[in-house]
Order: sequence, then C-alpha cells, then structure tokens
Amino acid sequence: MIRLIPRVENSTAMVLLSPLLALTLTALSAYLIFIFVLVDIPVSSVFFTLFVEPLIDSYYFSELLVKAAPLMIIGLGLSIGFRAGIWNIGAEGQYVMGGIAGSAVGLYFYNVEALWLLPLMTIAGILGGMFYAGIAAFLRIKYQVNEILVTLMLTYVAVLFLSAMLQGPLRNPSGFNFPESRIFHDSAMLPIIWEGTRLHIGLIVAIILSFVAWFGIKKHMFGMQIKISGSAPRAAKFAGFDDNKTVWYSLLISGGLAGLAGLFEAAGPAGQLTPGLPSFYGFTAIIVAFLARLHPVGVLFSALLIALSYVGGENVQIEYNLPSSITQIFQGMLLFYFLACDILIKYKVVFFKTKN
Amino acid sequence: MNESLFISIIIGISIASVPLIFAAIGELLVERSGVLNLGVEGMMIVGALLGFVVMSHTQNPYLAVLAAMLGGMAIASIFAFLTQFLLTNQVATGLALTLFGLGFAAFAGRGYTEETIQLITAVPIPYLSDIPYLGPLLFSFNPLVYLAFFMVYLVWWFLFKTKQGLILRAIGDNHDAAHAIGHNVVRYRVMAILFGGAMAGIGGAFLSLVQVPIWGEGMTAGRGWIALGLVVFASWQPFRIIFGAILFGGITILQIHAQGLNINVSAQYLSMLPYLATIVILVSLRMRLKNKTNRTVPNCLGRIFHSTT
Repeated sequence: MIRLIPRVENSTAMVLLSPLLALTLTALSAYLIFIFVLVDIPVSSVFFTLFVEPLIDSYYFSELLVKAAPLMIIGLGLSIGFRAGIWNIGAEGQYVMGGIAGSAVGLYFYNVEALWLLPLMTIAGILGGMFYAGIAAFLRIKYQVNEILVTLMLTYVAVLFLSAMLQGPLRNPSGFNFPESRIFHDSAMLPIIWEGTRLHIGLIVAIILSFVAWFGIKKHMFGMQIKISGSAPRAAKFAGFDDNKTVWYSLLISGGLAGLAGLFEAAGPAGQLTPGLPSFYGFTAIIVAFLARLHPVGVLFSALLIALSYVGGENVQIEYNLPSSITQIFQGMLLFYFLACDILIKYKVVFFKTKN
Repeated sequence: MNESLFISIIIGISIASVPLIFAAIGELLVERSGVLNLGVEGMMIVGALLGFVVMSHTQNPYLAVLAAMLGGMAIASIFAFLTQFLLTNQVATGLALTLFGLGFAAFAGRGYTEETIQLITAVPIPYLSDIPYLGPLLFSFNPLVYLAFFMVYLVWWFLFKTKQGLILRAIGDNHDAAHAIGHNVVRYRVMAILFGGAMAGIGGAFLSLVQVPIWGEGMTAGRGWIALGLVVFASWQPFRIIFGAILFGGITILQIHAQGLNINVSAQYLSMLPYLATIVILVSLRMRLKNKTNRTVPNCLGRIFHSTT
C-alpha cells in the first residue's frame, strides 16, 4: 500500500527536485510515444532535433528567444493574478485585443515617421488588453460572474473581431483583398537586438518587467495583498484588504501585459496584423506561470523551456513531417507531471505492507 | 410562419443544444460532488475524435458512441487520478486536461481530416411520428437527442431520489463531515468525474457524428466552456440545463438563419453571438438573484480533500 503523510514543513529539496522529476517523466513519456508513433525513424535523432538543436544552432536559438518573449510577458501577468486566486484564462483574447489596438494606432499614423509612434502603439496595446480584461473584472465585481468563463468567451469573440477588422477597416487597401493589414513602416516596428535575426527588444522588456514585478511583490503592500488574498481569503478580509481592488489589479495587470505581448508580436516578428496573430501563446502562458510556481522571475526560465518545445516541435514538423500538435501534447503532459510531482513537497510518500 | 421552416428551426435548435446538454449534465454531477473539472473542452474533443474514427472504420454508430464515451472517461481518469489521489489543484489540472486533450486529438486525428462519414440520422418513431404537428416536433429526432433528455432526468433522479445521490450531494457540500460518518469521498468523486467524462465524450461525438460528417482540429469551438457556463446558469439544478441549452441553441440557429437572410452584418459579428450570449445569460442570472447568495452552489466546489485517517 502507498500512503501520503503530510509533512510538518514543506520540503525544500523537493521544491527543487520535483520540476526535474517532472521533466524526466515527460521526456520518458515522449520517448515511449515516439517509439509507438515513429516506426522507421530513430527516436534519438528526433529527440536531438526536438530538444538539442534549438539550443546549439544560433538561428534556432534566436527563434527560441523570439517565442519566449511573449510567453514571459503574458506568463508574468498571469502569475500575479493566479497568486491572488483570480483565474484569467483568456489571456489569448487580451493578447489579440492588444495587438489590434496597437496596430490600429500604427496603421492610423501609417505615413508618420516619428519616435513617438512606437511608444504610442505600445500604450494602445496595453490599454487594449487592460480594457478587455477589465470587462471580466467589472462583471465579477458587479455581478459575481466567474472570470474564467468571461475571459474565455471573450477570447473567442476577440479572434472573430480580429478577422472582422482584417476584412474591414484594417485591411490593406492594396492587398488584393487578403485579410491582412499593411506592413508597418520602420518606425512602427520594434528594434532588433540581434542583427540578422527576428529577436526584438521585447525580450529585454520582459526581463526588466519580471524583476520589477519581483520587487513589487516583495516590497510593495499590494504584493502582500494578492498573496494573502489567494492563499488565505479569510485572513485577507480580516486584514481589511479590499477584495475588489485585488480583482481589478490582478485582471488589469495580466490583461495589460497580455495586450503588450500582442502588440509586440504584431510590431515585432509579424510586422503587420495578420489572422495568424492568435498563436495559443495566451493559453501556453498558463503552463508557463504554473511551471514557474507563479514566481515572476521563474517565469523567465519556464518560458524558455516552453519556447524550446515550440521551436523543437516546429523543427520536427519540418524534418520528420510530424504534426506540430505534438508540442501541445508535451506541454500538457509536462503540466500534468509537474502538478503531480508537487505532492512530494507537502506530503511524504510511505510504502507499507498491509497486515492481514 | 411557414410550417416546415418552423419545424426545421426546432430541429436545428435541438441539434445545436444537445452536445451542450450532454457535457453540462455530466459536469453538473461532477460539481455536485464538489469537484470543478475545467477539462470539459478537452474531454469533448477526444470524444468527437474517437467517435469519428470508430465510425469511419466500422460504420457502426453504437460502437462509435461507445468509443467516444470510453475516450472521454479515459482522459477524465487522468484528471481523477491527479486531483483525487495526488491532490493537485483542480483549476490547473482541468486546464492541463483541456490543453492536453486538444493537442492529443489534433495529433491522433491528423489522418482523418480529409475523410467523411455517414451521419447518424434521425429515426422517426413509428406511428407517433405520423401525428400531424406533434409527430415531427416530438417524435422524429435523432436517438441521441432522446438520450440527452433522458440523461438529464436520470441525473435528477439519481441526485434527488436515491441514497447514493444524497451522499454525493453531502460530499459536495461538506466532504469532511461526509468522511467522518464513513462515506468514501474519493470513490464517489472518481465515479462522478468518470461519468462527467463519459457525458462530455458523447457530447463531443454528437458534433462529429450528427452535426457534421467531418473531423477537424478544435471543432468543439468552446462548447465545453459554454457547458461549464450552463452549469452555473442552471444553479446546479439538472432540468434548468435543458432550458439554458435550448436558449443557447436558439441563438446559434438564429445566427445561422440571419446569415442566410443576408442581413447586412459581417458573419464574424453574428458568430460572436453565442459567446456573448453566454456572458449575458450569466449576468442576467445574477441580476435576478440580486443580493441573494446562490445557495445551491456546492460548498466544497474545487476544494482539495485529504483524509489523514
């Protein structure tokens, strides 16, 4: 028989070991799936393409960082909200709305070459995401409607709205009716920080933001408030914390950051607004936040790991003609194992023989 | 109004609402036991895929529906194991289940995107379906439609007319007390989660076996999430699920007919209607309840249970 005995104190060793265990189990499961699915391709070479190649090839590595940046930014916002027990599951929608709002500004000033354009687009992107998440905050506070459902429903709406915009007001007037916007001018594009690649300034912004958030949570009263609201709602009430404020801040911060990521994606790698903007980053960032144990700096590392699975998955798709959905399976599995392994932190697993 | 148009609208509404009834009634039982499973979308898509695959190989609708049911249960069992035995956070695990289910279905179903199958068609009940007006309205549906309504009745009967149902509700409201008087909390919850998986699986299969004869990635298009909203809308009362699902199905059909009538609104805005309606419905429910707290919500919903004895 196996039994779980609660530990008196959380095990620090397990805090560090359980993610490694989860990774190992994911890799093992992936290995088994590949043996099952791939009959005539050596599994080790697929593994190499999937997990090693993106790290040693400079182009693939730059792409890894390109994909990590939005995951970091969105994951950071979500980690703050999740700490407070506010489940913003529709970051994808806020990401799309931020992309639309920021791009709309960029396209409105299409012929303007000015330094203020990009900051203005950025602000519009953030506000777009904030507004969209704000709807959920408002409905939760005013009508106690569950924010999980509202943010999710709004995600489907946002994707449809993007499509409507690209067939309507934001469509490229000389684009042969393709549902795409015009390509941004240089001054509306994010500066590239690694010559010859698509790596843009978003990565630096992400790193700065995560440290700002870390200090914010550690030093500022609000950090304390969201932590307690999430882990001990009753205590938060006795401490006199304003519940509504927690809801507003959590959703506005996570929504604003998701919007920022959306604008960065449009004004960065894409260079225009396309129907391909929603790329599941908003959902994957949920995994990123959990893998980081909702730690703002940890998000940087978990985003890199998830980005690795994206780039590796794309490479495998090209080289071995495997579907890219294999990436999603890995990410789902990783989260499963990670959640499961966390039990080792709070509980001791004891094996004992049943006496008859 | 034209009589045949009226009947076709009614049938359309029933077809649009049945997947939601299945998924929502399963989730309702799960939530009544105190477990919040956000993986409905993932379980539905796996059901849709398995139903389709088995149908395309065997042409046997019974086997197809059975496969969808078992598929939903199989993926739900991951959730059951993690949340009930490894005590993981239910919100996170449910989300992981949805992400995993969507990925798995896209991966496993990649060879089937070009295929079409024979749809499961309506079976008019002999004699009864010949009654004018009532016949086409009540007795000429797809067998799965009747099953959906029967499942709602069955869940109501189980929850409110059987001893096990009472125990399940007690567990959902206070798992520590239920445990203290000797009920096996984990066993009840695992059973409920598996039932939820089976229902979500059938609901998904309805999409790929009755609504359209094809399989496509992400074909559930948020219906699992809408089903979750319906459970809240129904205040955890089984029969209200039907009402909510029909309301929702009506909006979906309205949207399709509006597109056919060349109303001068982009198709995208009309397609938003079901999602916006879900939000409006949830808000209106709260406006009706005003300041009253919703007493039907299971007290232990989403809370982790671990017995030390």
